[in-house]
Amino acid sequence: MINASLKTLRAALDARQISSVELATLFLDRIQAANPALNAFITVDRDGALAAARAADERIAAGQAGPLTGIPLAHKDLFCTEGVLTTCGSRMLANFVSPYDAHVVAQLKAAGAVCLGKTNMDEFAMGSSNENSWYGPARNPWNTAKVPGGSSGGSAAAVAARLAPIATGTDTGGSVRQPAALTGITGIKPTYGVVSRYGMIAYASSLDQGGAFAASAEDCAPLLSAMAGFDPRDSTSLERPAEDYARLLAAPAGDKPLAGLRIGLPREFFGPGMADDVRAAVEAALAHYRALGAITVDVDLPNARLAIPAYYVIAPAEASSNLSRFDGVRYGHRAAEYGDLNDMYCKSRAEGFGEEVKRRILVGTYVLSHGYYDAYYLQAQKLRRLIAEDFRAAFAQCDLIAGPTSPTTAWGIGEKTDDPVQMYLSDIYTIAVNLAGLPGLSQPCGFGADGLPVGLQLIGDYFSEASLLNAAHRYQQATDWHLRRPEGAA
Amino acid sequence: MSRTDWEVVIGLEVHSQLNTASKIFSGASTAFGAEPNAQASAVDIALPGVLPVLNRGAVERAVRFGLAIGATVAPKSVFARKNYFYPDLPKGYQISQFELPVVQGGAITIRVGEGDKAYEKTVQLTRAHLEEDAGKSLHEDFHGMSGIDLNRAGTPLLEIVSEPDMRSSAEAVAYARALHALVRWIDICDGNMQEGSFRCDANVSVRPRGQEKFGTRREIKNLNSFRFLQQAIDYEVQWQIERLEDGGTIQQATVLFDPDSGETRMMRSKEDAHDYRYFPDPDLLPLVISEEWIARVRSELPELPEAMKARFVADFGLSAYDATTLTASKEVAAYFQATVDAAGKANAKLCANWVMGELAARLNKAELDIAASPVTPAQLAGMVSRIADNTISNAIAKKVFEALWNGEGGGSADAADQIIDQQGLKQVTDSGAIEGLIDEVLAANPKSVEEFRSGKEKAFNALVGQVMKASKGKANPGQVNELLRRKLQA
Repeated sequence: MINASLKTLRAALDARQISSVELATLFLDRIQAANPALNAFITVDRDGALAAARAADERIAAGQAGPLTGIPLAHKDLFCTEGVLTTCGSRMLANFVSPYDAHVVAQLKAAGAVCLGKTNMDEFAMGSSNENSWYGPARNPWNTAKVPGGSSGGSAAAVAARLAPIATGTDTGGSVRQPAALTGITGIKPTYGVVSRYGMIAYASSLDQGGAFAASAEDCAPLLSAMAGFDPRDSTSLERPAEDYARLLAAPAGDKPLAGLRIGLPREFFGPGMADDVRAAVEAALAHYRALGAITVDVDLPNARLAIPAYYVIAPAEASSNLSRFDGVRYGHRAAEYGDLNDMYCKSRAEGFGEEVKRRILVGTYVLSHGYYDAYYLQAQKLRRLIAEDFRAAFAQCDLIAGPTSPTTAWGIGEKTDDPVQMYLSDIYTIAVNLAGLPGLSQPCGFGADGLPVGLQLIGDYFSEASLLNAAHRYQQATDWHLRRPEGAA
Repeated sequence: MSRTDWEVVIGLEVHSQLNTASKIFSGASTAFGAEPNAQASAVDIALPGVLPVLNRGAVERAVRFGLAIGATVAPKSVFARKNYFYPDLPKGYQISQFELPVVQGGAITIRVGEGDKAYEKTVQLTRAHLEEDAGKSLHEDFHGMSGIDLNRAGTPLLEIVSEPDMRSSAEAVAYARALHALVRWIDICDGNMQEGSFRCDANVSVRPRGQEKFGTRREIKNLNSFRFLQQAIDYEVQWQIERLEDGGTIQQATVLFDPDSGETRMMRSKEDAHDYRYFPDPDLLPLVISEEWIARVRSELPELPEAMKARFVADFGLSAYDATTLTASKEVAAYFQATVDAAGKANAKLCANWVMGELAARLNKAELDIAASPVTPAQLAGMVSRIADNTISNAIAKKVFEALWNGEGGGSADAADQIIDQQGLKQVTDSGAIEGLIDEVLAANPKSVEEFRSGKEKAFNALVGQVMKASKGKANPGQVNELLRRKLQA
C-alpha cells in the first residue's frame, strides 16, 4: 500500500480491502518513524487525520466516494488550515493557528482527502533548498546529506519517501518543479490563475501558484483536478469550467502514443551551465520521447537569460509589501521586550524573519523606492512581457517545450547557503515559466553520477495541463523512473 | 506690506466615504457605531493568505460621481498599494489608486458670498480615486497601550482632489459645501461629517499677487467641519504671511488643526514624509469599466443641481439667485419641487419665497433639516394656493403657516384650508362688506380724512391700516385701497 498508485489505493478502499483509517495510520506511523531523519513535516495532525479518515470511511460505505475520498495527503505549510498550525516555515508564524481553510484545503476536505499534516518549506517560500526554514532543513530521502530542493522541499521529500502518496505545493519560481526533480517525483504547476490563492500565504502574488506532487503524472492529475477551479475570493482566479486533468490518460497507449507531438528544445536551456550527468539523462529521455512518436525541434527563448534578474526584482518587490502584515500587532511573533511602536516593529520583524526573507524584503523595498521604481520594477515588468512573447513565438513552432528542470542534481546541505546568487541560479530553467504564467511539469528521467534523481521539465501553452500530464504519463507508461524509490521507501 | 499684497492659493483633497453596505474589498458591514472589531472580517484584519475582492457598488458610485462632474471615467484604472507601517493599517499597505485613477478631470461650479458681492466660480478637479480607509487607534482607556479598532478598515472612500483653484477660505468652504451637496445629491455618501464620512485636507500656500509660481504649500489634515476648514485656512494663511513678512521661508509640511486653540501645528516635515513605494496591486486586476456600464449609470443619474437650476430659471421664472439657493441641497430641491408639483407651476415663485423665507427661517431657528420639517410640501402648497387665489393675504398666510408648523389643521394635505375655515381667516372680498367697514372708519377718523384731502398721502395709509384692523386683517388689501380711494375722491 505504501508504494501503491492512487488507482490501486482507490480500488483497495472501494473494495474495503483497507479502510481509510488503516491507510492513514499506515502513513502516520511511517511519518513518525522517518520524519526525525527527513524533517519533511513541521506539523503532524494525527487526530485530525484519523477523524477525517473515519468520515471518509463512512462516505465510502455510503457509496459516495470521489477519486480522493480516504486518500492521505500532506499540505505545504503555507496553505491555511483551520485549527491547525500554519507556520509558513517561519518563526514569525510559529504560533499561528489559522481560523479558516485555504480554498485548496477546503476543496480537498470536500473531496474527502485525509490531511496527515503540514510540510516543511523555505520560509515564506523563499528558497531553493528548504534550508531557509525556521524548523530546520528538510532532507532528501535519496541521501539525507543532500537538500530536497525548495521551497516545497518538505512536500517533495514526503512523497519521495512515501510518507504521503500525494502532497500540495506552491511554485513561484520553480518551487514545485525543482524539488520534484531533486527528489525523483512528478510535480506540476498549472497556468497562473487555475488554482485559487485564497488562503495560500503570499510570497509574490503575481507569480505564486499552487501545484501538485505525486510519484506519477497519473497521480498528479486527480489532485490537481481537486485543487483547481474558479474561486470568487481570488480576483486573479480564472473563471473557466472545471477540468478533469486525467481525461486524456485512459486512452490506450499503442506503440507511438505521442505521434506527431512537436517538442520544442530551447537552445538557451541546453547551453553551458547544465551538469553533464543531467544533460545525459535529459537527452536520453528526449530520445525516448522521440521513440514514442514525438518530434523534437529547436526553438529560441532569447530573453530567457533575463528571467532571473527580472524575477529577483518583481518577486522581492511584491514580497516586501506582502510581508508587511507580519508586524507583531494582531498575530504572529512579537518581541518580548520593546520600547516604542517602532521598536516593536523592528524587534518583532528582526526576530521573526530569517536571513533570506530579510534580504528579499530589503531588495524589494529598494526597487520600489522613489527614484528607483522606473529603473528596476518597470524594467523588470518589461522583461516579463518580452519573456512571455518569446514563449508565444516558440509555441507557434511546437506543442510543448522540454528541457532540464534543474542544472544539477541535489547538492549538499550547507553547500550553497553562503552564496545566495549561486542558489538563485539553480532556478534558471524554471523561473521564466512563472514570469509568463505558463504551466510546467517535472518528471523523473534518470539518475546523475551520484545516484541522485534528474528531472525533465515539460512546459506547455496556457491551459495545456491535461496535455502536459498526458505526455508525461505516456513516457511513464514506457519507463520506470517514476517507480524507483529511495532506500527505506520501498 | 499690507495683507492685500498676498494671494492665497488653496486646493482641497476630500475623502468621501461611499455609502455601500459592505466594504470595498470584503463582505464586512460598513455600518457606523458597532462594538470595536465586530465588523472586521479576515480580509480586514489581514490574516495571512486572504485576498481582496473589489466591491462593484463602490465602483458604480465613483462612476456616478465622475459623470456628475463631467469628468472622464477611465475605461481602465489600476489599484496600487501605498506602503507604510501603522497599527491601524492591517496589511501594512493601503489599497488605493495612484497613476491611473478611475475619475479624471471634471469641474464644479460654486457660488461664493452673499447678496451683491456674490459671484460664481468654476473649480477644476484633478481626479477622484477609490481607496480603502484605515482602522482607528484608540489611545484612551488602555493603560500604557493603544487599542486598535478595525471596523473602519476597508471602508470605501472616494478621494476627490481639486486643482489649486481657490483663492480664499470662503471659496474653499463654498467648494467643500458644493461637493458635500453633490455627493449627497447623487447618493454616494451620507455626508455625515461628525462620523467622518466627509473629511477635508487643505493644501494652502500664499504668493505675492501677480507672481505666477505657487508658494510652498502646507497641508492641513483631516478637517471634519466647514467651520474648522475656514478657521484652519484663515489661521494658516495668516501664519504663512507673517512668517514670510518676517523674512522667513515656508517648508513643505503636513500640519494638524487644533480646534481648541484655533491653531495649526506641524505633524511632519517633507523630510519625514513617507516613501510610499506605490506599485500596482498584484492581487487585483486592472479595473475595466465598459461603455455599457457607464451608459447605464448615466441613465440612472438623478437630475443634477446645475440642470435643475437652469430648469427652475427657464420653467419657473426664478432668479438665478433663487435657483441656486433652492438647489443648494438635494433635500431643499426635492422639497421645493414637491411643493411646486402640488401648487402648480404658476405659483412657483410664491413657493420659492415661502421655502427660502418663512420655512427656512423656522427650520433654522428650530435646528431642523428640511426633511424633518413639520410642514409638508403638500401642506405648504395648499397654503400657497390659497394665497394665489386670494383666499388669504400674505399677512394672514403667516398665521396659517404658524398653525401648520404647530400641527394644526389635522396634518393632511388640506390642513391650510382646515385652519382657514376653523379660524375664520378667509379674506373678505365682498365689496359691500368692505365698503361698510370703510364707512365706519371714515366716520370715526374725520381728522385723517381732512389731512388726506389737504394733500397728505400718509393719512391714506393710516386709513387703510384702520380698515384692515377693523377687518381683523381679513379684508383684501388691494380692494381696501381701491374702494377707500374711490370713496375719498368721490
